[in-house]
Amino acid sequence: MAVQRLAKLKKKEVPAPQTVRVYIMGKNHDVPTGLTILKAMEAAGYRLVRGVGCRGGFCGACATVYRKAGDFRLQVGLACQTGIEDGMYLAQIPFYPAPKPLYDIRELTPSAETLFRFFPELARCIQCNTCAKVCPQGLDVMRYIAAAQQGDLRRVAELSFDCLSCGLCVSRCPAEVAHYHVGMLARRLCGAHLVPKAAHLRTRLQEIREGGFEEELDKFCSMDKQTLQGLYAQRVIEPEE
Amino acid sequence: MTTETKQFGYYPGCELRTRAKALDCSAQKVCRDLGITLAELKEWTCCGGLVPQVKDNYMGFLAPARIFLEARAQGLDSLVTLCAFCFNTLRRASFFLARHPQVRARLATFLDVEGLPEIKVLHLLEVLRDHIGFDRLRQAVRKPLDGLRVGPYYGCLLLRPAQEIMLDNAEEPTLMESFLKALGCEVVDFSRKTDCCGSYHIVTNGEIAGRCAEQILDSAGESNVDLLVASCPVCQFNLDWKQSQANHTNIPVVYVTQLLALALGEPVDTLGFSHRAASMLPAA
Amino acid sequence: MSQLLSFRRENDLVTEIADLSEQNFYACYQCGKCSAACPAAFAMDIPPHQLIRLLQLGQGEKAMQSDAPWSCVGCLTCTTYCPKGVDPARIMETVRTLHLRRLEGPFRYTQLDGERLAALPQSALVAAMRKVTW
Repeated sequence: MAVQRLAKLKKKEVPAPQTVRVYIMGKNHDVPTGLTILKAMEAAGYRLVRGVGCRGGFCGACATVYRKAGDFRLQVGLACQTGIEDGMYLAQIPFYPAPKPLYDIRELTPSAETLFRFFPELARCIQCNTCAKVCPQGLDVMRYIAAAQQGDLRRVAELSFDCLSCGLCVSRCPAEVAHYHVGMLARRLCGAHLVPKAAHLRTRLQEIREGGFEEELDKFCSMDKQTLQGLYAQRVIEPEE
Repeated sequence: MTTETKQFGYYPGCELRTRAKALDCSAQKVCRDLGITLAELKEWTCCGGLVPQVKDNYMGFLAPARIFLEARAQGLDSLVTLCAFCFNTLRRASFFLARHPQVRARLATFLDVEGLPEIKVLHLLEVLRDHIGFDRLRQAVRKPLDGLRVGPYYGCLLLRPAQEIMLDNAEEPTLMESFLKALGCEVVDFSRKTDCCGSYHIVTNGEIAGRCAEQILDSAGESNVDLLVASCPVCQFNLDWKQSQANHTNIPVVYVTQLLALALGEPVDTLGFSHRAASMLPAA
Repeated sequence: MSQLLSFRRENDLVTEIADLSEQNFYACYQCGKCSAACPAAFAMDIPPHQLIRLLQLGQGEKAMQSDAPWSCVGCLTCTTYCPKGVDPARIMETVRTLHLRRLEGPFRYTQLDGERLAALPQSALVAAMRKVTW
């Protein structure tokens, strides 16, 4: 009796799986709720080998464009981070190839001139702000392009810091600017030429070159495996101070 | 020296932060010396580099619209510019937008704002003429530039199209002349002072840019100027470039604010003069 | 029949140029002041007033084929001097714009040398990108 009641209860309580309808590149699919766009595409039967990466919102590989039912605006996001809703129209974008210049960072000067030399199309920006509207990281892309034009490389570096190089900006820019490459070059120029060098690093490198650690290194190199393992197991992981 | 402070919004333009820093720095110095407060826009983007001259290009007014909105957001109703490109672009944009409500509406919708503000776009020379006055300027001069033969070079963008810019007479201007006289300079007229330097063809057609610059320099050279003054980084570059290419004249081209700063007593080595330009200046 | 069609196409082009530039070509009485004042006329196959003449005669395609608009420096000297209030600079820009919108013209920005460009004033580069390159 109790078993039968339990079975009846279980039948009532177990709900039918809820699905939502999404449209993937024009075709409708009913997929379980609560999924991300990436998982929804996989649930629909797609096996993704391109346009997928870390699945953790960090690599920028899965940039996606979608639209919600009844809304004319195109929305963007990372497929691995954005949840699906009923009536979503999904499109995974291919990676838009953008010109990648070759340079030796050590030979460049940190100035607007350098940026224009590799990216003269910076001058084509019409300040439409589509890049910022389409950035899944919510970065102020138009502002960092403006900072690039004004030669303020530190500002470019600051504003573009969280850029994932997903390429959505490039895909929509009417002036054909490659924003993430400009940001990358500016950040590299800052790092190589503008940011102060770590003095303690320089000192340590000098000490190493002068042989200050030769004795200790020799000691380790001549140890047997067991002693090394013992030392490793006893190492201090996080100093108390 | 005036005691009252006049406040204007300030739009430097990209080049004043890169190649034409001397124009920016000297301008800020002179404004400080004359009691003019320049409130630089906290955020600004490129002015767009010349307004479109076809009926249906509204996007070309986006860049000026953003700048005007930024000015309004900061409570400013005017913007002072120095670069002739920026001055021309913003002045013409202001003129156009004031007369085309449907374009204003379209841009406002695109920019998700209520409406576009009307902002007065001014050139610093205009501020000196209309708000300070050249008589007061003369009194503020500490080191008159006596004996310096200066040719006023306007180029095109400060003056044309006359019915939109309305800064001065486009064929026979006198603004720079009055300004230079107030500094004590000997003003040297030359026939090609309002000719184009070649403008953007420095990028696309060096032959045309070269010919334009050459004619201006020949005309100035014949009049025996010591220096030319300009208010445009492109004019300055094109004339300099031509002289570095061919060896016929060697006339330094300096910015209006560099000379003004010198006349107001700023030390000559803080104003970004080239060696050649500095060698023409009256001894300290 | 084909002649009629081509006439109509030509007319459409001239009308389009008139509409976009908002200029009345027929106001021009060919005084030649614009061409005399134009600093780039030396480099043009036909000077400004002759381009306007072509448009007056309905020869839109010939006007489009001229290299004059690509030599124009945009100095507006012609506009300042015209006694009839015609703006030849707007006509030049309109012809350029029609070409650029078709993605054609002598200056492709990708073919400009970056190293050389970097040394040039930015304002000139921005203006060149807006006015003469595609």
